[in-house]
Amino acid sequence: MKVLIVDDFGSIRKILGQMLRQMGHETIEAIHGKDAMAKLEVHPDIGLIMLDWDMPEMNGIQVLEALKLLRDKMAQRPTVVMVTTNNQMEKIVHAMTKGANEYIMKPFTKEILEEKLALLGITGGSRA
Amino acid sequence: MPCPYDDRFDGDDREMTVIARETLSFFFTFFQRESGLVLDESKTYLIESRLDPLVRAEGLSSIDELRKRIQQETSPVLKKKVIEAMTTNETSFFRDITPFTVLKTTVIPEVVKANQKSRRLRIWSVACSTGQEPYSLAMVVAELAPELQGWDVRILGTDIADKVLDRAQAGVYTQHEVQRGLSVAYLMRFFAQQGDEWAVKPEVKHFVQFRQFNLLTDFSSLGTFDVIFLRNVLIYFDNATKKQILDRMGHALSPGGTLFLGGTETPIGITDQWVRVKLDQGICYKKQRSA
Ligand SMILES: C[S@@+](CC[C@H](N)C(=O)[O-])C[C@H]1O[C@@H](n2cnc3c(N)ncnc32)[C@H](O)[C@@H]1O
Repeated sequence: MKVLIVDDFGSIRKILGQMLRQMGHETIEAIHGKDAMAKLEVHPDIGLIMLDWDMPEMNGIQVLEALKLLRDKMAQRPTVVMVTTNNQMEKIVHAMTKGANEYIMKPFTKEILEEKLALLGITGGSRA
Repeated sequence: MPCPYDDRFDGDDREMTVIARETLSFFFTFFQRESGLVLDESKTYLIESRLDPLVRAEGLSSIDELRKRIQQETSPVLKKKVIEAMTTNETSFFRDITPFTVLKTTVIPEVVKANQKSRRLRIWSVACSTGQEPYSLAMVVAELAPELQGWDVRILGTDIADKVLDRAQAGVYTQHEVQRGLSVAYLMRFFAQQGDEWAVKPEVKHFVQFRQFNLLTDFSSLGTFDVIFLRNVLIYFDNATKKQILDRMGHALSPGGTLFLGGTETPIGITDQWVRVKLDQGICYKKQRSA
């Protein structure tokens, strides 16, 4: 599956990228929300977005809102997993009502990532 | 002094505990008899790493001394601590997912039909560790509340180790634990945040009761169950123990009841009392009719 990793921290993009590629997925990176929307434009076949919350330019919630508007134009709406340090119940509920499909609180491990994706029916990619 | 070419030499500065052969074989027999756990020379490092903290906590000088104490001691307290220290308690919510999906879509609806008269559903999570398995079962039950309206539902969680049962009973988990296998939808619905931790809500908790229990002992007093989760514990036992437990498990299951084993566990080749049943993508076991 083609996965878009959106995080302003290079180290997080790197770790997530490694984990996802090990699982057999193809990864693309974006450094903030605006960049993510641009990447989605170029790669309409992105099936999964790993989305940070607090980022410059355009934050994760704004991306969720933009995705909602985009929905009709897209062949298939990508699955969105929030990956954020925001770990308060209200925040989680907020992101989920804005259209996220899953939520990972940082710090996370490879097991957490694998199990959360499995819950969404996403196992290893075709290259696994 | 271990020689650097000895594969037991791990190169760090930590003092190497060299366990006397006599002590090792004492522990092999001890664990097999007390909890069923099978160990051999290749697990020496495991014995060391699990028992060293206990040796220090008890103010003893070595694992050899621990052995002597157990041999002399008449009180069961130290023995219990040693047994607990050797248990592997790795677990997660909704581990392997499919058993829980199958339970919800097929097994519980089956029981609902079969037990229409008694309106009773009993589930047993046999080696439940810190409680993630029985609480996952309870969340499935809570989701089926409309179908189970007016039913008497009880989930029993048992384990040999008190230290994990205390945690299970508390039902409070770390951020890491609530992310292992648990969907955020369940987290939002069935947990309350308490500072950095997450507590299972009473509406889920009330289904579950915990009890200390050793699988090697008689379990006829626990009653019968419609569903038994016996997962990721048989792996530690030898075939004779597995057979003995699997055979006795048959008596703890209600007629038509369902047994779930861990992903790598199977009765095939060990006992012919169980029939493998494939439900959707999940594997479970039913009692052989003649058994
Ligand atoms: C790896 S955990 C499995 C937890 C859970 N069933 C799961 O699948 O995630 C194994 C548990 O078995 C327990 N155990 C080991 N020997 C036992 C025995 N003889 N009787 C009861 N429980 C035992 C351990 O204390 C440990 O908590």
